[in-house]
Amino acid sequence: MARLTVNGKNYDVDVEADTPLLWAIRENVGLTGTKYGCGIGQCGACTVHIDGVATRSCSVRVSQVTGKKITTIEGLAAAGTVHKVQKAWIDHDVPQCGYCQSGMIMAVADLLKKKPKPTDADIDEAIKNICRCGTFQEVRAAIHAAANA
Amino acid sequence: MNFIPKINRRSFVIGAAAAGGGIAVGLDLPLGGPQIIRAADGSPELTAWIVIRPDDTVVIRMARSEMGQGTITGLAQLVAEELECNWAKVTTEYPTPSQSVARKRAWGDFSTGGSRGIRTSHEYVRKAGATARVMLVQAAANQWKVPVTECTAANSVITHTPSGRKLTYGKVAEAAARLEPPKDVALKDPKNWKIAGKGIKRLDTVQKTNGKMIYGADYKMPGMLNAAIKQCPVFGGKLASYDEAKITGLKGVKKVVKVGDNAVAVVADTWWHAKSALDKLPIVWDEGPNGKVQQDQVVETLKAALTSEQAFVGNKVGDAAAALAGAAKKVEATYAYPWLNHAAMEPLNATVLFTGQRCDVWCGTQNGEAAFAATLAASGLPADKCDVHRLMLGGGFGRRGAFHDYVTQAVLIAKQMPGTPVKLLWSREEDMTHGAYHPITNCKLTGGLDADGNLVALHARISGQSILTAVRPEALVNGMDPATFQGMAPTGEAAIGYTVPNLLVDHAMRNPHVPPGFWRGVNVNQNAIYLECFMDELAHAAGKDPVEFRRKLMSKHPKHLGVLNAVAERIGWGKPAPQGVFRGIAQHMGYGSYVAAAAEISVSGENKIKVHRLVAATDPGFAVNPAQIERQISGSFMYGLSALFYQQCTVKDGRIVEDNFDTFNSMRIAEMPKVESIVMPTGGTPWGGVGEPTICVAAPAVLNAYFAATGKRIRSVPLKNEKISFA
Repeated sequence: MARLTVNGKNYDVDVEADTPLLWAIRENVGLTGTKYGCGIGQCGACTVHIDGVATRSCSVRVSQVTGKKITTIEGLAAAGTVHKVQKAWIDHDVPQCGYCQSGMIMAVADLLKKKPKPTDADIDEAIKNICRCGTFQEVRAAIHAAANA
Repeated sequence: MNFIPKINRRSFVIGAAAAGGGIAVGLDLPLGGPQIIRAADGSPELTAWIVIRPDDTVVIRMARSEMGQGTITGLAQLVAEELECNWAKVTTEYPTPSQSVARKRAWGDFSTGGSRGIRTSHEYVRKAGATARVMLVQAAANQWKVPVTECTAANSVITHTPSGRKLTYGKVAEAAARLEPPKDVALKDPKNWKIAGKGIKRLDTVQKTNGKMIYGADYKMPGMLNAAIKQCPVFGGKLASYDEAKITGLKGVKKVVKVGDNAVAVVADTWWHAKSALDKLPIVWDEGPNGKVQQDQVVETLKAALTSEQAFVGNKVGDAAAALAGAAKKVEATYAYPWLNHAAMEPLNATVLFTGQRCDVWCGTQNGEAAFAATLAASGLPADKCDVHRLMLGGGFGRRGAFHDYVTQAVLIAKQMPGTPVKLLWSREEDMTHGAYHPITNCKLTGGLDADGNLVALHARISGQSILTAVRPEALVNGMDPATFQGMAPTGEAAIGYTVPNLLVDHAMRNPHVPPGFWRGVNVNQNAIYLECFMDELAHAAGKDPVEFRRKLMSKHPKHLGVLNAVAERIGWGKPAPQGVFRGIAQHMGYGSYVAAAAEISVSGENKIKVHRLVAATDPGFAVNPAQIERQISGSFMYGLSALFYQQCTVKDGRIVEDNFDTFNSMRIAEMPKVESIVMPTGGTPWGGVGEPTICVAAPAVLNAYFAATGKRIRSVPLKNEKISFA
């Protein structure tokens, strides 16, 4: 049994301590916006915020995050609102299949906290998520739009 | 939509197979009439495609699947255009294959592959929109007791022009549904389109930004269990045995089941428990003879076939051999293209509830009917006792179209646990090592130039794998796989764009044991490299500019030439490039569309390529949503360039080596070039596709630019094997 704090709520989940956070979020907490893509920290589809820092949840164990504040795509914006990154994504019609976009948006939200006006080079350095549909051109435009929002 | 079809399984499967073979199936649209067909909420249908609710919501039904390519938005635009409805009130839904069977395939083909989503269904969905509009206007005219010619429809409102009276679609839908539908309706001239032809936003974006979109992998049912699977790592091998006792009692594990003759699955409360237990399960495989196959054997086989006597002839003009013998100058080069995995972001999965009497499947699929056929076959139940419920795909790219192995397996697992819903999810590693791979081929090209540097003869000998032999043997022509010649065919939707007086394109088919499949773009990927890089070689040997050299051969191919000229002009061909920047160009045809690309690159340090700019042109005949077409172009360039730089699947001991993104890399945002798209529809029929054709021209444009920059020809990909990387 472990206690997870996800999107401001506490969840007591019946999982082994070495369970990847990704699977605890998806299967025990029941939030499926965070996606499984590779399981080895390569693709970034599972990106969440842990104490505000973008982290690949497939590569973090539940035991490492007890007592920490976990935010998933479902909790990025306060209830009834839209985060500026989500808004930019909608305005720029970014997603294609959309499967990687939860992770992409979480990574970008973290980048904008650290660098409110990122340059292209900052984006290249910080955003390492895989998107097999190839939405990068729209992602870049939307990041700049969100930064200027 | 509560239909209980009575149809026997055998007749359905045969019908579906025939349709898959390319036979056109006539549409029997059950259009209203005295008996109203109602949606589940009671709202009336106006044709099988359209439901109008009392609140004016327009539900447009989609036979084709959305997987990110924007098809459902484009199809909805076409229907809405003819229907003259309010775009803000449009929503979409998927009919199921079982409903389709019960209504004599009222929605036609479900297949969403070959870039056919819009181009092969635009006419009948537009007619449905126009038919419904005529019925709605007639119903309003009847209510007002005025001549229908005095009424007009726009934005979901019917107006009686002389009196100014108005009625919304929702108010007359019920009466309209009782009318006899018109037999023949006129379609708008695309010049007058207001909704179609515009780069309006997709219908499905918001849920893809807040985590609410439900993909197959996200689907949940009460009491659902989760399955993880391992298949024999060697294609063609079998499951010999496994030692269940070693994982009995592990937390959450409910059952260990054999799946077909080549796989075993663990079913548990959570997928993580299932996978963890499966990793601990001792399994013995019977690898069979394929367990000894090595990559170098495959390479040797393909190489030997480049000079074999026998080959299927795909395109022949004049006498290439004689003309080559008499040519003033001969140029020869051999190219190679590897196996590739689709590597969609969402690993394969399906959820099944099998009760003994019924079998229902929830999954992402590019072809609901093919998933349905797999369900019938695996469940042993008739068509009226099965159904497939489509969910969003986390990418398809061809893997979820012709192949429903994941559906078959999920049904076989669920059958062993009747009454319990089970979700099967493949691990990334299973997904990577049990694909339907882009075929492996080589190509030896020999060109002959006359004394003035004109191309007088060309022989392209392709060796290697045939997709259709493995997947759709009924589509072979006397053993020949016509798809092998995509972009080099004499005529049709993938015709060569050059007039060569003596031409021979032939294929020495060699089929290794690794299963091939349709991978975004299919055979244009390698054929565009083969032909367009070799055209560059020929131009160089002739001492001519690559664009001028091509143009001379293209006077009878005005649409090919049109896109080539468009990218040449936009990139500034013939004018100086920025310091240290070099250009390359390529054109091709596939899926009825003409495509070209021009690249600007620089090469620095230890063979590091920076792709500064890619200009793309596409002529698909008609552009239903130019903004989505632009996204398909830049997105497919990312897919094609990832393959060019990074990707290959290789065989060791009969199995695929590359099993995750660490060994099968995909481009990141830093590597993505700026893509400038020129969408230049020039009309004509049939319409061309969008999702696939453009993918193939990025790689040869970059390779030709690399030659311009370094004087080196790269004839075998991926570039990582040549120690070339992104800057």
